[in-house]
Amino acid sequence: MSAAERKTMLLTTPFHSRVEQYCELNDWGLWQGYTTPNSYFDMELEYFAIRSTAGVLDLSPMNKYRILGPDAEAFLNRLVTRDVTKIGVDRVGYAVWCNDGGELMDDGTIFHLAEDDYRLCSYMRADDWLEWNASGFDVTINNESDDIAALAVQGPVSCTILTLIGCEGLNELKPFGIARFDFEGVEMMVSRTGFTGDLGYEVWIDPSKANALWDQLFDKGRDYLIKPIGSHALHVARIEAGFLQANVDFVPAEIAVRPGRTRTPLEMGLDWQVDFNKSLFNGRAALVKQREEGLRYRFVLLDVEGNKPAEHSFIYKNGKQIGIVTSAAWCPTAKSNLAFAQVEMPHGAVGDEFVAEIYYQRELQWTRLMAPCKVIDGPLFNPPRKRQTPAPAH
Amino acid sequence: MTKYDAIVIGAGHNGLISSSYLAKAGKRVLVVDALNQAGGCASTKAFANGFHISDCAQWVHQLDEKIVKELSLEMHGLRLGEAKRTIALQSSGDHLIVDGDSLSGAGISAADKKAYKAFRRQMQVFAKLMLKLYRTRAPKMVDADWGDRMTLLSLGLGLKMMGRRNMRDMMRLVLINIYDVMNEHFEHDGLKAAIALDAITGTNMGPRSPNTVFTYIHRMVGEALGNRGVSQVMGGMGSLGGALLSSAKTQGVEVRLGEAVTRIIKTGDRVMGVELSSGDTLEAIAVVSSVDPTRTYRDLLGYRNIEAGQARRVEQYRTRSGTGKLHLALSGLPSFVGVSPDDHSQRLIIAPCMDAMEAGLNPIKYGELTSQHVFDISIPSIEDPTLAPAGQHVLTALVHYVPHELKTGWDNNESAREQLLQSLLAQLEVYAPGIRELIIASEVRVPEDFEASHGVTGGNWHHGELSIDQALMMRPFPGSTQYTGSVVGLYLCGAGSHPGGSLMGLAGKNAAEEILKQGVLS
Repeated sequence: MSAAERKTMLLTTPFHSRVEQYCELNDWGLWQGYTTPNSYFDMELEYFAIRSTAGVLDLSPMNKYRILGPDAEAFLNRLVTRDVTKIGVDRVGYAVWCNDGGELMDDGTIFHLAEDDYRLCSYMRADDWLEWNASGFDVTINNESDDIAALAVQGPVSCTILTLIGCEGLNELKPFGIARFDFEGVEMMVSRTGFTGDLGYEVWIDPSKANALWDQLFDKGRDYLIKPIGSHALHVARIEAGFLQANVDFVPAEIAVRPGRTRTPLEMGLDWQVDFNKSLFNGRAALVKQREEGLRYRFVLLDVEGNKPAEHSFIYKNGKQIGIVTSAAWCPTAKSNLAFAQVEMPHGAVGDEFVAEIYYQRELQWTRLMAPCKVIDGPLFNPPRKRQTPAPAH
Repeated sequence: MTKYDAIVIGAGHNGLISSSYLAKAGKRVLVVDALNQAGGCASTKAFANGFHISDCAQWVHQLDEKIVKELSLEMHGLRLGEAKRTIALQSSGDHLIVDGDSLSGAGISAADKKAYKAFRRQMQVFAKLMLKLYRTRAPKMVDADWGDRMTLLSLGLGLKMMGRRNMRDMMRLVLINIYDVMNEHFEHDGLKAAIALDAITGTNMGPRSPNTVFTYIHRMVGEALGNRGVSQVMGGMGSLGGALLSSAKTQGVEVRLGEAVTRIIKTGDRVMGVELSSGDTLEAIAVVSSVDPTRTYRDLLGYRNIEAGQARRVEQYRTRSGTGKLHLALSGLPSFVGVSPDDHSQRLIIAPCMDAMEAGLNPIKYGELTSQHVFDISIPSIEDPTLAPAGQHVLTALVHYVPHELKTGWDNNESAREQLLQSLLAQLEVYAPGIRELIIASEVRVPEDFEASHGVTGGNWHHGELSIDQALMMRPFPGSTQYTGSVVGLYLCGAGSHPGGSLMGLAGKNAAEEILKQGVLS
């Protein structure tokens, strides 16, 4: 049903009829103009589906741009900070991009579909920025966000279930690889990608087959305890896995209003994404300058004492506020209370100890907690199955 | 391979001035230009049999006398004609004569005469302050270094020293339009239009366009630089180019004419040199471009060699001109009604009233021809008989407005050119009856023609609209100010950089000083 027919401003995804049916809590949230569930039936059980069986997330609201033409690779290589030439055909790469000021605009994934043929998935709408970037390049850019329905199937049994619906040999697909299968006569593309840090896949298909795909997944996956998951469960999983979220952990430069609120990739711990060997990419000159002059902030992963999430906490060092938490959660599998924070330089080296000011409520009573926390190196959840090929069978 | 300190692209006045100052400082400089003649928009061409015309710029009114002195241009053959009065032709035949601060004729009222003196005085104060800013690189506001802060301080002090009334007026006027300001000060329609013409020459703006007070003050800077009204260059405009070329050569500048730069070569993150039409490549520490910013970044460097935001700035940079030219070879001196034979050598303008000017702008916004033109006429062969066979004359006129993009297209569109020519002649004939009978040869030049012959994008000899959002510390656009951009080794020295257009030379001089100050050359 279209938004107009429903007399509402929000858009619905191709899976909406099924999502609606499964969304017992009616806990809807807004994702870039689309209505999507925050949680379907129980946030914690949804999270455990990701880690123990399989969770299904409707990621159709993700912006998808097709980039075609002889200059597609050169175009992308100027757009993003990493070296795109290293993403082979049928491979996917994580990427971030900046404006000329080196300010982080967004992060996303680049799918190398064929020679001179790429798909860029982004959090933000990027139509105008991509068009501006196209000057001087022989490329065509199509926004195909509405032409593709997409589900993330994440968790230890994800490969098994997808194999049951016809993805023969999927277990041989390496992380960040792309494979194609037939699904009821149309092509179904499966990439071994995701936002959970677990074994998992993303499935891309024509919207006309959306319902059939959902139905088959839940039919074949029932015995494997497949569950739909909402954005709240995903939030915990991605923090546990150490993944940044645009517009949560940094303000995309296009929508930042106040001066000084944007961050550079170097300040977000994304220096591994910045390839200064490339002679040109958007923001290079500014980032070279910042690298020479020094960073203003450092992005850190904090292990916080106790089990109260340090959401929106101030971070103190010797009584002085030196940072803020951007994301935090108690992470059940890692059995850790994790937080992402931006701290002022020179703070934030691995091993640095701070105090997080946490407020929490118990039976109407607000309590303030000054929880010690420590900068750690890398995510605490990093299971072998995430990398194993062939993917372990169940 | 020989490696130059600097390769300057374009032997226009700014390119030659920039290279002369660099060479004066002992640098090894090469200037390359696609044309066989130096001077860029200061050019003369043979026209019909035995006639010579200044085929782009026709007046000098902003040339910096300091540059003339420092580069000994007079020794190298530059001779300017006498300062001209402006005769604003009125349909009654009783014309308005503007001579410096004084007005006469056309029944001009005492009140207007007084107001004109006061107006000029104030504009001169503004222009003097502006010149302070013109003589140096425009300061950055955010990343200002010590030099920038000193400039800002001196500017602020200058503003304050003008007195409360002038300061308030400058802040109020600089962004608004000349139409309102004229109506504020004067009664006489012809006077208002004569002043407004100076505000819109070479632009794509009408009297009612915002920024046109700024462009007027910009023109007034010419007086602060030592010019008194307009003058012609003896021997044609090309003689200015010739003098600059000779001076540059004396300073040791190497010059290659008739060879086009096809590409600015960028290796890694820096510019290494240029590629010529012959296929040769030349290396330099600095490539200094005096061609306009659009051609520099879009055509010579290429958008794919700069960051996307910068490419976007270039795309957005406004370069369209609404100015064309009329060239006539005449078998005798035309007779403008009410103008004495001697006065035909003065600057004659046809601009009856501001509303007519504004009405003339409207059709060109939609790519159509207008039937109401504004003329700025020169008959240089009176003061300089070498430009035409004995007893015969050439007439050149800047005409506004001519669309840069004609709906039906200018390419091979002889009927549109003929229509424009006939329209211009019909309007001229009202003031100079019988002029048609004198015509030996005629030519109209539309903005696209200047683009083709002189390489100025949009046909704009200011190398980009001179409006406040594209001027001073924002010229040509943020990220490319202070004569350089984000590309290491590439500099701008043309009219597209501060302080901008007209035959002034300060952009070229300032750029050279900035490059030398940076100490990047050997």
